[in-house]
Amino acid sequence: MSVKPPKPLPETPVLEDELDGLDYFRDLQNRHLTINGLKLCWRPKAELEALDLSDKELRRFYEMMTLGRGVEEQVDVLFRQGFVPGTAFFGRGNEALSVAAALALKDDDTLIPMHRNVSSHIARGQDLAQLMCQFMAKADGITKGRDIHFGNRDLNIIPLISHIGTMIPVAVGAAWASRYRDDGTAVLGISGDGATSTGDFHQGLNLAAVHRLPLVVVVENNLWAYKTPIRMQFACKTLVLRAIGYGIPGYLMDATDMVGAYEICREAVVRARAGEGPILIESINPRLCGHSIYDPYRDYVPPEEIAAWESRDPILLYRERLRSLGLGDDSYFESVDKQNRARIAEAVTAAKRSPMPEGPQAMDGVYAP
Amino acid sequence: MSVDAQSGTGPSNVSASLSYREAVTAALWEEMERDPDVYIIGEDIAIGGGAFGVTKGFLDQFGLKRVVDAPLSESGFMGMAAGSAQLGLRPVVEMQFADFVSDSFKMLVNYAAGVYYRQGGEVPMVVRLPAGALKSAGPFHSCNPESWFYHTPGLKIVAPASPYDAKGLLKAAIRDNNPVLYLEYKKLYNLPLDQFPEPLRTQMPAKDFVVPIGEARIVREGEDLTLITHGTMVLDSLRAAEMASEEGLEVEVIDMRSILPFDREAILCSVKKTGRVLISHEDLKTGGVGAEWAAILAEEAFEHLDAPVRRVAAADVPLPYSPPLEDFFLPNAEKICEAIREVAGF
Repeated sequence: MSVKPPKPLPETPVLEDELDGLDYFRDLQNRHLTINGLKLCWRPKAELEALDLSDKELRRFYEMMTLGRGVEEQVDVLFRQGFVPGTAFFGRGNEALSVAAALALKDDDTLIPMHRNVSSHIARGQDLAQLMCQFMAKADGITKGRDIHFGNRDLNIIPLISHIGTMIPVAVGAAWASRYRDDGTAVLGISGDGATSTGDFHQGLNLAAVHRLPLVVVVENNLWAYKTPIRMQFACKTLVLRAIGYGIPGYLMDATDMVGAYEICREAVVRARAGEGPILIESINPRLCGHSIYDPYRDYVPPEEIAAWESRDPILLYRERLRSLGLGDDSYFESVDKQNRARIAEAVTAAKRSPMPEGPQAMDGVYAP
Repeated sequence: MSVDAQSGTGPSNVSASLSYREAVTAALWEEMERDPDVYIIGEDIAIGGGAFGVTKGFLDQFGLKRVVDAPLSESGFMGMAAGSAQLGLRPVVEMQFADFVSDSFKMLVNYAAGVYYRQGGEVPMVVRLPAGALKSAGPFHSCNPESWFYHTPGLKIVAPASPYDAKGLLKAAIRDNNPVLYLEYKKLYNLPLDQFPEPLRTQMPAKDFVVPIGEARIVREGEDLTLITHGTMVLDSLRAAEMASEEGLEVEVIDMRSILPFDREAILCSVKKTGRVLISHEDLKTGGVGAEWAAILAEEAFEHLDAPVRRVAAADVPLPYSPPLEDFFLPNAEKICEAIREVAGF
């Protein structure tokens, strides 16, 4: 009796009969699921009339997205010039999600972003000079040069650690504190598709569901966990289906669409705050960069996938949207660009002047008094 | 605030003779009464009152909000505790057995311990760890986990050996603004107070009190040899010291009480007096916390030593199940006394 040898794994992600990343994206657009009476769907483009967004707010989305990307592009330059030690992580392509998540929250809500959501920090009011100091490991950085990851306690942003999935139970704890005090706040935590394979993802979502905590978990599915495509990560059709197993609602979100992403994040946060329990959002958005600054993603992401994503760059799409709404023309876009560049340049100048920490300061503050 | 023994709501009497377990219970109860931000979470602790009955009656008194049965998600609820502590609550997590804390190792070591240093912001949480060998409890219900965590700046570790310290250290741990691992010894839970060596029968004050973290206690004074110990081995060390005394050797026994941070001065002062040091703990010998204390003595007190520092600890094997194997594996008063003779006679 002969046993058929297992199909060897392809050296590069050549995808034939299997669902590849692009198909995943295309396929999702045709899905509208209702399970247990819960909406589980790819939302069509939001109807602006129903959204009650002012022109100012609609423009603010654009300004935050472009400022976030501008900061990242500047950090890339600073890294290559030797001003940023270690490594750097970018979220190019996720700006719609990052801005939507941050702006959907109120100031007293808690945000737990990933290392790819600098646009969330900025949209929540992060000072740019302090941010640049942080990237340059300066004494005036948010962590005083102690950690590569950062949040901001003044802005109710809890930073991540590098152990993927860890922050989901921590977010559950933040939501627990909110419920314990009955203060009406919500917590929004962002993780990646990679995190959904961890035990902490399961443990955290299950705990939040059991206690109906005011928690929104956004899974940023950019189709890649570092160099591993989603088909090597999970076998269910879409990650949002996991919500069913926890008995909670799930939304599938096209985060190449700024307004749609905002609509879903806001609805989820409002529902969480109202005491309806946790909500899982699967956000589909591109990663138009490597895992880290060292990662040559074009070596392994198929060129047609990159091309497809680049044509759905959320900033470009949103620019056209503003144009069609009569809220943006060339001179507006240029003025935003100019203002962003000036703000970033000012922050970089200040950060370069700022001192590095002194070596012996490494000994300070291991224990809280 | 003390527990009202007359009302029937209290878990235990505030009499001067609480058992070790009653002392843990009383500390928890009083702290929950004192501070509404204190809540407890763990497996089977609410409806069931805990595997060892430490939290019996808490659910009725404090309600579901503050007494939480957790699903089997050690990493999940440890992370949850840390997140809630960052937002100002003061969780006390019960691990059903200390062994299972390895399932939440990352949450403590990589997450909670470093928050204050890396990012600022306190993480006031306590993890109760029922630790140590019972008779034939096997390799997964017997561990002494302190050395797993000893290498972690930002964590505190305490190990009470008496009912008095059990109560005072738990209160101190709950009021501390850092993550504290609180080792409580299953073997001591039900030990009648009169079976503790005399120095460990400290009267329980009626008034609120804490035992400061980081302070050792000399539980027996002596001139001939210093015996550094903690946890269940404090009891065995005191018995061994009595045996040695009959042979004319006066042993000074130091109960470290806090493992991290620990009382460096207490060790160094005592060795200057005695010149000879023996270290004993129930955890494994290799890489146990005693190795660090021996190293400090070598670095900082070499000129005061008249004999090599020796350690009496568990054998470097996984904890065995069968009684003769386990007896061989564990340190005890006789083994400590034998080592006292050797160090004294060097």
